[in-house]
Amino acid sequence: MLNYLTLIFACQLAGEMAVTATGVPLPGPVAGMVLLFFILVVRQRLTVVSGNTEQDADSVPEELARVADGLLSHLSLLFVPAGVGIMAHFALLKQDWLPLSAAIVGSSALTIAVTAWLMVFIRRSVSGRSGGGQQ
Amino acid sequence: MKDFQQIWVYLAASPLLHLTMTLVAYQAGVFIYRKTRLNPLFNPVLIAIVAIVAVLTATGTDYAAYFEGAQFVHFLLGPATVALAVPLYRQFDKVRKSALAILVSLLCGSATASLSAIIIASWLGAGELSVMSVAPKSTTAPIAMGIVEQLGGLPSLTAVLVILTGILGAMFGPLLLTALGIHDWEARGFAIGVSSHGIGTARALQVNEVAGAFSGLAMGLNALATAILLPLVWGLFFQ
Repeated sequence: MLNYLTLIFACQLAGEMAVTATGVPLPGPVAGMVLLFFILVVRQRLTVVSGNTEQDADSVPEELARVADGLLSHLSLLFVPAGVGIMAHFALLKQDWLPLSAAIVGSSALTIAVTAWLMVFIRRSVSGRSGGGQQ
Repeated sequence: MKDFQQIWVYLAASPLLHLTMTLVAYQAGVFIYRKTRLNPLFNPVLIAIVAIVAVLTATGTDYAAYFEGAQFVHFLLGPATVALAVPLYRQFDKVRKSALAILVSLLCGSATASLSAIIIASWLGAGELSVMSVAPKSTTAPIAMGIVEQLGGLPSLTAVLVILTGILGAMFGPLLLTALGIHDWEARGFAIGVSSHGIGTARALQVNEVAGAFSGLAMGLNALATAILLPLVWGLFFQ
């Protein structure tokens, strides 16, 4: 388990380094996520090529899954410390509370509606064309 | 026995107090959330934040002192983001099949998120600093803060607005999607991720793994899209 935790940390570190070195506007951890994803894809290819039937090529190594699911099962908790930062901005929030809350509420509703609707619409028209006959 | 004041002063100087406080407040939040049968108004992150702010205000503790302890929890955000590769990998077949839909809805969703926030806030008379700070509200906190810093806004205010947006989306996003008649997990997860980044993803993961994977993907892609598009849009229209 420790080895997979190390792998996750190493991916983040590599991600941070790559982002800093190239100036790509991505957070280091997101670059790390992409890296871990590619490691999983490469591993799958290698397992298929080597013809190793001992392990299931498509599945995530069990211990990695345990570490990742453990970290993700309490993902919401990890946002609490940053959220408490609201106490440093009470003055500005008091002054602009109406436009800011309207912007957050209105824009979130619009964003969710536009994104979800487009996603459903495009997938339906793509599968309608290739699948044929699907209503 | 030493008096309480002395004990408090001693404890307040160690990171353990605020670290424990964060864990206790969050678990109390989860407990209340479950007791109210997952009523979205009782979002555990929101409950924890309100409770901690109340305690810190009552004891006269400033945010920097609190963060000394809470930073250990905050630090895990990085590794947890990396770990999102796992659900994404498990759902990769579904992602590949929806590549076109993902790309188009990402670009339109991301543009909607920034533009509508800017327009609504400035229309209702927010100051320029506030407008700038709310623009990347749908992007994951570290990226949003970087963008705002580049534009000349207030990164720490942005962090707060980003988190409020996340909590709001986690609370009411699913209800809105149901009301709109959108039931497939891929679209639901992706929309929540574009709008409400990691907090929305955390919520989506609790409900359904497909939704969680699409939400995590949306969060990552939207971070990239906003970081590239928002400075351009801001420079074109608002300077």
